[in-house]
Amino acid sequence: MTKAGAALSSPLPLAGEVGGGKPQTRTPFEATHSPNLPALAQLALALLDTPGIGGILIRARPGPVRDAFTAALPAAKTRRLPANADAEALDGGLDLTATLAAGRPIHRPGLLVEASGGILIVPMAERLAAALAARLATALDGALDGDCPLLILFDESSGDDPDEAVSPAIADRLAIHLDLTDARLPLADLLNPASIPLAAEANPASPTPNDPGPIIPDPATAFTAAAAALGIASIRAPIQALRIAHANASLSGRTAITAADLEAAAALVLGPRATQLPPGDAPPPPEESPDQPPEPPPPGDDQPESEADSPDQTRDDSDRVIEAARTALPPGLLDALAAGASRTAAGGGRSGAKLRSLSSGRPAGVRAGAPGRGARLALIETIKAAAPWQKARPHRNDGRLSIRHDDLRIRRFVARAEATTVFAVDASGSAAMARLAEAKGAVELLLAQAYVKRAEVALVAFRGDSATLTLPPTRSLARAKRELAALAGGGGTPMAAGLDLTRRVAEAERARGRTPLIVVLTDGRANVGGTDALSPQAAALASARAIGTSGIASVFIDCSARARPDGAALAAAMNARFVALPRLDASAVVAAVNLLGTR
Amino acid sequence: MDSMTSPFPFSAIVGQVEMKQALLMAAVEPRLGGVMVFGDRGTGKSTAVRALAALLPPMTIVAGCRYGCAPKDPVPCPDDCHARAGRHVAHVPVPFVDLPLGATEDRVVGALDLERALATGEKRFEPGLLAKANRGFLYIDEINLLEDHLVDLLLDVAVSGQNLVEREGLSIRHAARFILVGSGNPEEGELRPQLLDRFGLSVDVRTPTELADRIEIVKRCDRFDRDPDGFAATYAEEEAATVASIAAARRKLPKVDVGDAMLELGSRLCQAVGADGLRGELTLLRAARATAALAGKKAVTPAHIAAVAAPALRHRLRRNVLDDTGSTVRIARAVAELVPA
Repeated sequence: MTKAGAALSSPLPLAGEVGGGKPQTRTPFEATHSPNLPALAQLALALLDTPGIGGILIRARPGPVRDAFTAALPAAKTRRLPANADAEALDGGLDLTATLAAGRPIHRPGLLVEASGGILIVPMAERLAAALAARLATALDGALDGDCPLLILFDESSGDDPDEAVSPAIADRLAIHLDLTDARLPLADLLNPASIPLAAEANPASPTPNDPGPIIPDPATAFTAAAAALGIASIRAPIQALRIAHANASLSGRTAITAADLEAAAALVLGPRATQLPPGDAPPPPEESPDQPPEPPPPGDDQPESEADSPDQTRDDSDRVIEAARTALPPGLLDALAAGASRTAAGGGRSGAKLRSLSSGRPAGVRAGAPGRGARLALIETIKAAAPWQKARPHRNDGRLSIRHDDLRIRRFVARAEATTVFAVDASGSAAMARLAEAKGAVELLLAQAYVKRAEVALVAFRGDSATLTLPPTRSLARAKRELAALAGGGGTPMAAGLDLTRRVAEAERARGRTPLIVVLTDGRANVGGTDALSPQAAALASARAIGTSGIASVFIDCSARARPDGAALAAAMNARFVALPRLDASAVVAAVNLLGTR
Repeated sequence: MDSMTSPFPFSAIVGQVEMKQALLMAAVEPRLGGVMVFGDRGTGKSTAVRALAALLPPMTIVAGCRYGCAPKDPVPCPDDCHARAGRHVAHVPVPFVDLPLGATEDRVVGALDLERALATGEKRFEPGLLAKANRGFLYIDEINLLEDHLVDLLLDVAVSGQNLVEREGLSIRHAARFILVGSGNPEEGELRPQLLDRFGLSVDVRTPTELADRIEIVKRCDRFDRDPDGFAATYAEEEAATVASIAAARRKLPKVDVGDAMLELGSRLCQAVGADGLRGELTLLRAARATAALAGKKAVTPAHIAAVAAPALRHRLRRNVLDDTGSTVRIARAVAELVPA
């Protein structure tokens, strides 16, 4: 993203060199001048005090670039959310020490209140617990008394792991999205911070300043049309883009939005949110994912006529927005599109589930109640409950706290074993459609039971020459239905690839603290894969043995009309229960899975 | 989208007809039992609820009552406000309480007032959010992330209309009648069916996909951003009309006739779609009556029942996982069969 600023067709005003007349007093966030950051980052800093923008989501690992960005924030007003923060850290609570000393309840304000009117930095935002993320999202809506601090989220996720993603509820509410992953600072300056030259290589083609371009008559339409073309479903995006455009205009002392403001907002707000390339220059997306907005009409085709000055004008403007947004397209979008994968809301299905993945021993909350019947005493919470009363209660001679039944607090754990069933479905050959339909039915049946069991289901389909994770682990029936709707079938049987991917998915689930179960649905004949030296079936056997040694429970369902020894051999290598189901049906599959689960 | 001095006007919300209508029905007939809103982020869910609460005419309470008791409330007030405040009444805005996800049980139901207890030895109850929401709206965003025991408690109170507190040597009972509005995104985990069933109405909101609608939303938000008061003024007339229709519908509601034929139609509809339990039928008819009242009609017609069938029933259908058809479609089919066009 280093070249982000440079690639814009028109200049971005840089924080430090905003030209002619800077009329307004810069309240309340006067960011320090930081010439080495990429132009977009500087612009984001300059726009910090725009009302209603919520904050900035920055994709950046810890490092000098991030430090430079943090250093540019007004230090006095900046607070940082500790990694171990809980809801109490955000909202405040009883101050135990002070309460015990004073003999009356003393409340400690939470970070949200303390940082109110300032900035709250959230590092490792992708690891933020779902409850905290939701709390921050509520605060961003201004629903609570008092101001919400401006949030600066650092997203340190690698992008490879779908499980690690910033809560979409927050991401959606933060106007500015920045990617500093590839931003670089001149090494010489890092070694010698005393001499920082102005706008170094981060901004090679320093744009000609003060050319704001023509005034845009209808920026709302331009942003909305561009957002639709970029596949941005949330309506907040164009609203925020408009806010940023206004702010950028007034930052440069203009009252009307010009092309430069349009481009700045496009690069900061719309580009990073894009989920598709604008129609016309994209490799045609193979399949529309059903929850995407229907393919938006090419901007201009369907303009509401009363709104724009002229349809052509508006189309030009929205093209301008798209062109500017292109500079800030999320990394990997092109690859993802080329691979035929439609980006879905990142990690959307998981945040809730992650919270409940408690088998590794995370508490599921504290509430009043007596220990026993599986409930464990929450000592600190109990002491906290008793603390304010110590002066009022009859004094104990042994100097101990006086604790009564009402003070007792218990900690609860979610003790249920949480299973993830990974289906590996052979989508090859002529019987593929029937098999897929039954696998789909089984997935949905299992998810319907998931209310009770908190089970998750994933589905790997293999056909042709590769395997794909068609349904990442989820317990959302809605999501499963959507993603399984367009399963294609036919082609060869790349058994080895299918088993390998299945094992990786299952192992990842185990790493999350869940119990994976593998269910293979196939007719047992591998005919794709392997090498010159290794037949497809031999390669499949090797992959099956890998599952066997991983110790993951599995069931192998052979659904060929007449079971062959091939399937049984694979099942034996996997150490799987072998089930022959010539007449495959969903409830039989579920029965087999349940049998495995109770084994 | 963000709260400012004057809230976003209810009438200025573009589209989302079903959600707005469901909220209006709930405002007219509080016994409907709340509204569950499913939907994407940024669809104006909380904006709509907040706007409706702000829109409603101020309510009359016993002056100074911490529980927002009405002057002739049959539920006894823990402060005995009727005796203490006598005939003094006050007018306060209809409360809108946004339940934060991190809220503790104490904060929700109320707890012993520690300061008071320690200073004077008096056992005094400090009312919680439930008391604050009495006779207003209680909104829970992302209800699927709320702790299970809190959800159970809220639904219990919402249905009974009373909050019972037995703790710390206190025994308190106070009125807590509020319209519960929950929102959630089905993509982020399903809700338990028992929980869903407790909500009277459920609506699906989607981000508008029509470009013209989206542009209008962006424009209205922009105008509201820059001049909230001026923006509100342009909708004053529509807002007043909505207030008037709610007030009229509330007056009319008890008089709206539900004929035997309509009772039968309701039952048959519930049977046809496989909605379990009496609650579905009751909600269907109550919702139909509220719709009739809002439309200024004297009796419920099949058209009213057809109009509310989806929001009243779609979350009560037993899930047939092998049938891909969504609940809404199944209901529409049954309605088409049973209700003559």
